[in-house]
Amino acid sequence: MAAHKSFQGATEAAALKSKEYRGVSPIIWHIWRRPFTWLIALVGLAFALLPALGDNVQLRESLLLAAVYITLASNLNIVLGYTGYVNFGNIVFFGLGGYICVYLVSEWLWPLSAAALIAGISVSLLALIFGLGILRLRGAFFALATIGVNEAVKAFVSNFEPWGGATGIYLSLEVYEPLGGPRQALWTVYFLIVAVMTGSLFLSYAIKSSKFGLGLLAIGENEDAAAVLGVHTPLYKALAYSVSAFLPAIVGGLFFFKTGIIEPGGAFDLTRSIETIVMVMLGGLGTVTGAALGAFLYEELRGVLLTTEAFSHFQLVIAGLLLLGIVLFAPGGLMGFIYGRWPRVRRLLA
Amino acid sequence: MTINRLILVAAAALLTFSQTAAADDTLTIGFTVSRTGKLNNDSIAQMRGFELWRDELNAKGGVAAGGKQYKVNFVSYDDESANARVQQLYTRIINQDKAQFLFSPYSSGLVATAAIVSEQYGRIMLTTGAAEEKTYKLGNKNLFQVYSSADLYLAGAIQAVKELNPKAEVALVYKDDPFSKAVLQSARKQVTEAGLKTALDEAYSPETTDFGPIINKVISAKADVLLGGGHYPDGATLARQLYDHKAGLKWVTLLVAPDSPNFATLGDAAVGVSVPSQWEPQVSFKPDFGPTAAEFTQRFQAKYGIEPGYHAAGGYAAGLLLQHAIEQAGTLDQVKVADILNKMDVTTMFGRTKFSTNPKEHGLQMGHEMVIAQWQKKDAKPVKEVIWPKTAKTSDILY
Amino acid sequence: MTGVIASIIDGVLVGAVYGLAAMGLTLIWGVMNVINLTHGAMIVLGMFALYFLASAVGLPPYGAVPVTIVIGFVVGVLVYWIAVHRVVGRAHLMSLLSTFSMNMVLIGLGTALFSTSPYNVPVPLPGVTWEGYTFTGTHIMAAILALLIAGLLYLLLYRTRVGKAIRAVADNREAAELNGIPTTQVLSFAFGLGAALASVSGTLIATLFPFTVLSGGAYELKSFVVTVLGGLGNPAGALMGGVALGLIEGIATPFMPVSWTPIIEFLLFIAVLILFPRGIFAFTRFS
Repeated sequence: MAAHKSFQGATEAAALKSKEYRGVSPIIWHIWRRPFTWLIALVGLAFALLPALGDNVQLRESLLLAAVYITLASNLNIVLGYTGYVNFGNIVFFGLGGYICVYLVSEWLWPLSAAALIAGISVSLLALIFGLGILRLRGAFFALATIGVNEAVKAFVSNFEPWGGATGIYLSLEVYEPLGGPRQALWTVYFLIVAVMTGSLFLSYAIKSSKFGLGLLAIGENEDAAAVLGVHTPLYKALAYSVSAFLPAIVGGLFFFKTGIIEPGGAFDLTRSIETIVMVMLGGLGTVTGAALGAFLYEELRGVLLTTEAFSHFQLVIAGLLLLGIVLFAPGGLMGFIYGRWPRVRRLLA
Repeated sequence: MTINRLILVAAAALLTFSQTAAADDTLTIGFTVSRTGKLNNDSIAQMRGFELWRDELNAKGGVAAGGKQYKVNFVSYDDESANARVQQLYTRIINQDKAQFLFSPYSSGLVATAAIVSEQYGRIMLTTGAAEEKTYKLGNKNLFQVYSSADLYLAGAIQAVKELNPKAEVALVYKDDPFSKAVLQSARKQVTEAGLKTALDEAYSPETTDFGPIINKVISAKADVLLGGGHYPDGATLARQLYDHKAGLKWVTLLVAPDSPNFATLGDAAVGVSVPSQWEPQVSFKPDFGPTAAEFTQRFQAKYGIEPGYHAAGGYAAGLLLQHAIEQAGTLDQVKVADILNKMDVTTMFGRTKFSTNPKEHGLQMGHEMVIAQWQKKDAKPVKEVIWPKTAKTSDILY
Repeated sequence: MTGVIASIIDGVLVGAVYGLAAMGLTLIWGVMNVINLTHGAMIVLGMFALYFLASAVGLPPYGAVPVTIVIGFVVGVLVYWIAVHRVVGRAHLMSLLSTFSMNMVLIGLGTALFSTSPYNVPVPLPGVTWEGYTFTGTHIMAAILALLIAGLLYLLLYRTRVGKAIRAVADNREAAELNGIPTTQVLSFAFGLGAALASVSGTLIATLFPFTVLSGGAYELKSFVVTVLGGLGNPAGALMGGVALGLIEGIATPFMPVSWTPIIEFLLFIAVLILFPRGIFAFTRFS
């Protein structure tokens, strides 16, 4: 009971006294009452409705990429932001989830939702197993190991014939029939992705507000001290790693289903992995809003640079300079800056 | 909260800003070119074919359809030889630039990616530079293939080898990408059917720059003949390294690469290497419309200063075929033009063109045939000659 | 059997060059505890330097080697002062990200200038043929030069004052500072040196195979594997690790499709990281 009091604001103390839990877990109750939760829901709704009202396909395509990146960034934040472990190869969850889902849909003709869900669960399990192995490493060694995992999986998939080898899997257009044809299917997939994105934001917020999250943050501050104080570090780290794999795998499955083709180079793109780290850093390490904001801004910037002929090659240069600037001068990212200037915002956002 | 909202609104505004619509009397055709990246050599050749067609047509006033003249306008972007960009760019070409018809990128892999987008939005796409058949077997309605499909590529070479040396040991060394894999899948069967022995059968990753290990394997397998390759950069490098390693092969047929005029820069390493070709300047088809091969070659050479290879010819042919279909249909309407394309059975400088209408393999090219060209020495300089089929040859085979 | 031996020799030849590349990475790590993620860009720098020196200036290919060492050094020192200086003492994440962002900038500029199209520098050098297998002259020359440069590095580190200063700073920066060694200058020198090694290995690789602006990435990954094999911070180990990697590649290729070699490399990488964090060749640690 006492631990929970530290999460309460004045109004919630009153609710607590009036025993209004209504049989729901205290965590859910507290989050429910917080304005940030509604904020997340609103963002999700905005993403869903804005392109839908007006059948704006361009907007949808653009927001779809943004939603995917927000998902990746907020899940990466669970490991990178909370525990401080640098998962350089985080894209492996995305790619592997994509492959499993696309394979199930094209070869075994599974319905999309089931395939995506199984993809998420399998990748999470694999992450747990792998994580237990490599999470023993600290700092730079761990970072290198995650790169090794990504490259090993990429090399393996490139040789794995049932998954198309280096060529990859091309989806037949018939897979869109169960969803009502390609036009309709693209919308459905978009809404699913928005749902996953909203879920990711909720998840990282929920973790941050929970005892589990507290443990992770403690590991991030000083792992040995946390261990001494009774935080079960190996388990917590492995769980965080595994949980941070689940939604990216699902969104990977949805994304590659929509794209219609998946191949090793595009699925396990190390550059994309690092860009996700840039997004988290840009927005503000360890903050839920930051990860989302950073992802959104970076993706929009990238989109503009990509299609403007003059700048398309400078995309990397600008991204690099941006990252350099953040690391050298503003390691707290955007949210670090905002919280510094307007500390009261911190109570509203997370 | 307000921050998120504001940004969202601003972004939405920004995005809806950059809309472009086609003017009334123009026909907009969209495609991507691999201006940079590994496929740039052949992709640019293909683009030149497109451009030559467009320039000649616009000089005459444009395409005539339903009493109006439409000037042809291209919308094209650099796809950097990358699948991801092809996806994004074709989506943009269709939704933002509002292209009415599409040409494909170059290479079967990129075309397969573009086809998904074009089919998702139901636009007609003439594919050139793409021989792999699988793309057409995925249930499409609007793809039309200009090239002969992959399974025919090595058939001629295998027949030639069988005639020259029925006991030859064949090494199949090819790039692990959709096009080469498709070609070699058929080639494998054809080698066995011809009664030849397969000494080695291995694919190399598209990223390979060091062919040493694989060449050593070829030497170990004591092969006489090598069939395979992929596209220009790996094909050229393989040819050069085979020469450096003195692999002792009597016959080398590589896909795509040797057809490019740039292959001559390999000097002695190029001599003897043969290539299955969709078209050579020396062919003599009698076209139903458009220029003859000789005329096309002359015009291309006048404009670009080099001889056209089959990639450029394919590009030009794609333009010709689309133009003919639109003129016959008398309108730019997708359904009517598709109808004409489906019924088409014509001969152009490229050869005979007829598209399959079987829904299981819609758009597959049925009428076109291939030749083999080989680099030989004429006056101490490497020159390309047609050596197969015997009916079309301009020189004897070098074994 | 001869095929396997030929393959092994080939592998070892190329492995020497891998080792040279990795020496640069491991030196920087050993001296200042920073993993230089601009390593790939430095390699590409060397590759393009060869291309331009050979084609534009008409320099004979191997003449470009000393020039590249100088260019690589200068660029390395610049990178140090821009990206590394401020983050040397701080958390690993910072230096990883700052060097990575410099890498993005450099590769981005390279792509803008040279696009991702392939480049090639033909180096006509007669090879050595044995039992039907030819070892190209370029491979042999590259291996010889790699060993030569490695030897020069050894001399630098163990027979000069600068080398002594570097080793001192690697050992204990504060103690070195207290002894009057200008550690910041030493750090920037060491970084430049590491970059120079990477660049010159790029030049040598460019004499062997065609390359693009993005080729550096693949060799950077190989350098990681080699560095881990040899033990981070151990240049002699890096050279041996490179040869070992080349050996593994050479032994593996005759028996399996060539495209499987990366899988083995990376599994080995992870295994060594977990089981031998100090590297398999840790017994050759210097200082």
